[in-house]
Parts: sequence; structure tokens; C-alpha cells
Amino acid sequence: MTPPTGITRVTLLKDLRLEWRSKDAINSMLFFSLLVVVVFSFSFDPSAEESRQIAGGLIWVAFLFAAVVALNQTWAREIRNQVLDAYRVSPAPANALFLAKTLGNFIFVSVLEALMTPLFIMFYRLRALGPAWQLIPVTALGTWALVVNGTFFAAMSLRTRSREIMLPLLLFPISIPALLAMVQATTAILSGENSARFWIVLLVTYDLVFTTMCLLLFETVLNAE
Amino acid sequence: MKKAFPILGVLTAILLSYALYQALVVAPTEQTMGNVQRIFYYHVPSAWTAFILFFVNFGASIVYLMTRKTAADIVALVTAEVGVVFCTVVLVTGPIWARPVWGIWWTWDMRLTSTLVLWLIYVSYLFLRRFSSGGQTPSLAAALAVLGALCVPFVYFSIWFFRTQHPQPVMGGGGSIDPRMLHALLINWLAFSCFAFLVCWSRYRLERLQRDVDQAHALQSLLDPRGSPR
Amino acid sequence: MTGNPYLLAAYVVTWVIHIGYISTILTRYAKLKREILALKKK
Repeated sequence: MTPPTGITRVTLLKDLRLEWRSKDAINSMLFFSLLVVVVFSFSFDPSAEESRQIAGGLIWVAFLFAAVVALNQTWAREIRNQVLDAYRVSPAPANALFLAKTLGNFIFVSVLEALMTPLFIMFYRLRALGPAWQLIPVTALGTWALVVNGTFFAAMSLRTRSREIMLPLLLFPISIPALLAMVQATTAILSGENSARFWIVLLVTYDLVFTTMCLLLFETVLNAE
Repeated sequence: MKKAFPILGVLTAILLSYALYQALVVAPTEQTMGNVQRIFYYHVPSAWTAFILFFVNFGASIVYLMTRKTAADIVALVTAEVGVVFCTVVLVTGPIWARPVWGIWWTWDMRLTSTLVLWLIYVSYLFLRRFSSGGQTPSLAAALAVLGALCVPFVYFSIWFFRTQHPQPVMGGGGSIDPRMLHALLINWLAFSCFAFLVCWSRYRLERLQRDVDQAHALQSLLDPRGSPR
Repeated sequence: MTGNPYLLAAYVVTWVIHIGYISTILTRYAKLKREILALKKK
């Protein structure tokens, strides 16, 4: 029997290949990310001094929106081809599939963030007054927090009416501590006023706990009947 | 079992009345805030009761995931609902207290903020229960409840640190508490806990009855090929 | 009440919320009783 990591890798590569070939999702998401940055720039005047202080929050809200739109598509393809049913009856462990989906989403959302960040820096004239290298772990950990819970709740939403609204409805409340951490860490690094260390440790702990729990509980969600 | 309910009801009513008396009459008037501070005796016990209810929800959800017993599922549903009710009380009495004391309706005080997040998490839980269909609901809800409960320590830690970095007015006052005030507080907590238990019990019986009726309807539709009018 | 409108408001609102929730339980209970009677007739 193929080991779980093998299944994860195969599924992940399949997803990435499909995304790359179709390009539909990528293109629409890229354009959406651009739109979000521009709309935010109109809504929160970048030249105002206050805006630079809340830039950390703005960026993460923008990332959150982009992530939700990306996540909603996550299982759509699977549903269309009844792949989920096939997974349910196969002996493959459910969490291998979950891990693959989460990694795929993580890569996808990270690409979007990589696009949006230069735009934000440009529009808001952002400078990191603190240790800028710390932004990398903060972004990675924060994105993972959103994506791991988002993928899990996207699977859960499949079983509900109004599935597009259920995802943010379930994701946002539980993500609040992580969001607070991401925003505070980013603001701390940009303003150089405080240390982001506490928030980074919180994010690491949050990611560990929720990744473990989602892996443990995914089987339940997949097989709920 | 059923006879116990009215007796407990009367006892709880008496306890609540005594608690009210304690809160309004016996407890001394606070020095800085005056009589408005007495909202404390309803605000804080409601928060503690909500917390206990959500903890029971966590336990019941885990029991459900391990045993798949319907009783556990119903307990989870009931404690979440009643917990949200108590949470709502906290979130409404909080601003009513904050306004005369601080001149503002809302403060990102530790208790209010964490109660708000708790309220959001468990309302989303109730939405999941409402929007998912039939057989899947208990499992999905239980999974969400476990994640939500695990989130709670993070909520408290993150808000605590945030507040130490950005200090806000503290509601309820810090420091030591007058023993007569503590007494009134604990009596109110006991009274509201008993009240919460009774409400949960009623809701539990309602849910049991509802599910039995639903099963009866389903059975009838199966047996009657022409379909049964509802 | 000891003369403070906010205090009164807080206590009243608390009970309004609780009584509101309990009344939803009671109305659903009544509705179920009616359904049971209808089922029994069949």
C-alpha cells in the first residue's frame, strides 16, 4: 500500500498540474488580488500617516479575502468529478488527501500574496523599521494558519446549504487569535516599536495545534453521514 | 425524574430572588462607580456560566466523536445554545455598564473582547448545525466544537498580550474585592448556574421530543405510500 | 431599584433575553404537542 506521504505528494502534484494547465483559477485570482489592493488603496488613503500604521492590518485583511476566494474553489473540482466519493471508498488515509489539499492551497495563496505585497509596498510606501526578515516567517505561519483551517472548513461547508457563505462564517471566528497575531506581528515589524517574538511563538503554537487537530478530525468530516 | 423539575424550578427561583436581593441591597455600594457597579453581579456570573456551558459542549462533542451517542450530540447542541444566550447577556450588560462609567459603549476590555470572540465561535457553530443536513450534522458540529474549544486558550492569550501592549480601561476593577461583594457575586453565580441547568434540561427534553416526532413522521411517510400531510 | 437607570436597564435586559429564549422553547414545545396529537389520530 502506498505510504501516506506518497499519496500526499501525488495528489499535490496532480492539483498543481491541473491548476497550471487550466490557468482559469490562477488568472482570475491574480486579477482579484490586484483589485483588492487597489480598492483598499482608495478606501484607506495611503498618504495619510494613520494608514501606514494600519497597513499591517490592511494587508492581512486583503490576504484573508484572497484566501477565502481561493479556498472556496478548493473542493469545487473534486465535487464536479465525484472524486471525493472515490477517496471515501479507497483505503487511502483521509488526512493524506487533506495534507495535499492544504499544501496546494498554501502554495496558491502564497503566490497571490507574493503578487499583492509589492503592490502594497508601492502604494503605501511601506518601509520596515524593524527586522524585515521576520516578515517571512510571519507571513508563512499566518498563511498556513488561514489555509489549514480554511481547507478543513471548506470540506465541511461542502456538506451544507449556502456553502460559499459557510466557509468564511466558520473560518473567521476561529482565525481571530491567529489574525490578531499576524497583524500585530506585521505592525510591530513595520513600525519597529515592539518585538514580534510573542506573536510568532503564538502563531507557531496555533499552527501546530490546529494542523494536528485538522489532520485528526478530517476523517470524521469526510465520512460524516 | 420529571417530578424533580418543578421542585428545582421553585428552588432556583428562590435562589435567584435571594441573589438579586444580595446584589441590590446587601452588597455595599462601590466607591468610584456607585450603584451602576451592581451590574457586575449579573455581568460576571453570566460570563462564568457561559464558559462552563461551552466547556460542557466541548466534553459532549468529544464523547460524541468517540461513542456516537445521540444523547451526547443533544447535550452539545443544548449547551451551545444556552451558552450563546448567556454570552449575549454578557455582551449587552457590558456596554450598558461601560457607558455611564467610561462614557463609551464599548471597550476592548479583556473579558468583553474574549466573550465577543467566544460568542462568534459558538454562533458559527449554531449556524453550522442549522445549515447542514440531517445525518451529518452531529459529526460536523462535534468536529467544529473541538476546534472552537481549542481556540479558546489562544483567544485569551492573544487578547491578554494585546491588552498589555495597548492598555484599556479595565471593567470590574482590579485588585482585592470586598468579601460582601464576593459573597453576592458567588450567590448570583450559583443561582444562574442552577437556572442554566434547568434551561438546558428543558431544551434537552424539547430536542428529544423533536427528534422522536421527526422519526415518527419519517416512519409514517415510509409506511404510507401516498405521503403524509404535515 | 436604587435609582440608576443603567442598572435597571442591565437587569431588565438580562431577563428579557432569558425569557425570550425560554419562550422560544415553550412555543416549540406547544407546536410539537399539537403535532403529536395529529400523529396519534392517524
